[in-house]
Amino acid sequence: MVFSVKQTNANPVFRALADPTRRAIFEELSRRGEQTVHALTSYAGVSQPAVSKHLTVLKRAKLVRHRREGRETHYRARPDALAPMVDWLNLYGAFWRERFDRLETLLERMDP
Amino acid sequence: MSNPTETTRSVVIERTFPHPPAKLWRALTEGPLVAQWLMKNDFEPVAGHKFQFRADPVPNWNGIIDCEVLVVDPLKQLSYTWGAFGLGTVVVFTLTPADSGTHLRMEQSGFSTNQDAAYKGATYGWQKFLGNLETVIAGLD
Repeated sequence: MVFSVKQTNANPVFRALADPTRRAIFEELSRRGEQTVHALTSYAGVSQPAVSKHLTVLKRAKLVRHRREGRETHYRARPDALAPMVDWLNLYGAFWRERFDRLETLLERMDP
Repeated sequence: MSNPTETTRSVVIERTFPHPPAKLWRALTEGPLVAQWLMKNDFEPVAGHKFQFRADPVPNWNGIIDCEVLVVDPLKQLSYTWGAFGLGTVVVFTLTPADSGTHLRMEQSGFSTNQDAAYKGATYGWQKFLGNLETVIAGLD
């Protein structure tokens, strides 16, 4: 399957996710839900200031949102920011066209 | 960007194959043949039969598509549900005899633009398109 990428408005998102640590942080938030900077720091294996810097980039790309509670800042993923890039119709259109090609080849090989 | 209004769209692929309907029907309904052009499966042409298509797993996706047979109308129509990436859709194959063989129409419907589908699709599928990230980055100014 091939995902179609719409370039419009996608660049900040791609830039943000180009970094493997930021990708890992975003993936972790998508998978596990809201987490504190503290928890993310132990997950990412880099310093807290580095994690905060990555989170700022993700925030600017609207990939995460945050809220403060006491001394802790909690972050959560906003995977809907990726929605413009996931075009299901194009994805499945390309998928089925390719499969129809394979079906055609199979029919040639089959006994009548 | 987020649109709370839910709309449903579909993908339609049509092709005329220079083969009789019976042959096409076999390719659509015999599991080992289906595996050769679509995906590995435990399909049975029985309405209500639950089965899976299995692709190679990728990060964030186990490669499994959960399906249930809806319609088996020999030589004419085959339909099953198709659930993957948290996206529930329905696939309908319609066969029509044509002068030179058989016309096959595949319609996959149920794609919704609501936030939930976008959310789940992004969650399960996002890493897949990031595989092409370097190419995309290379194209940035």
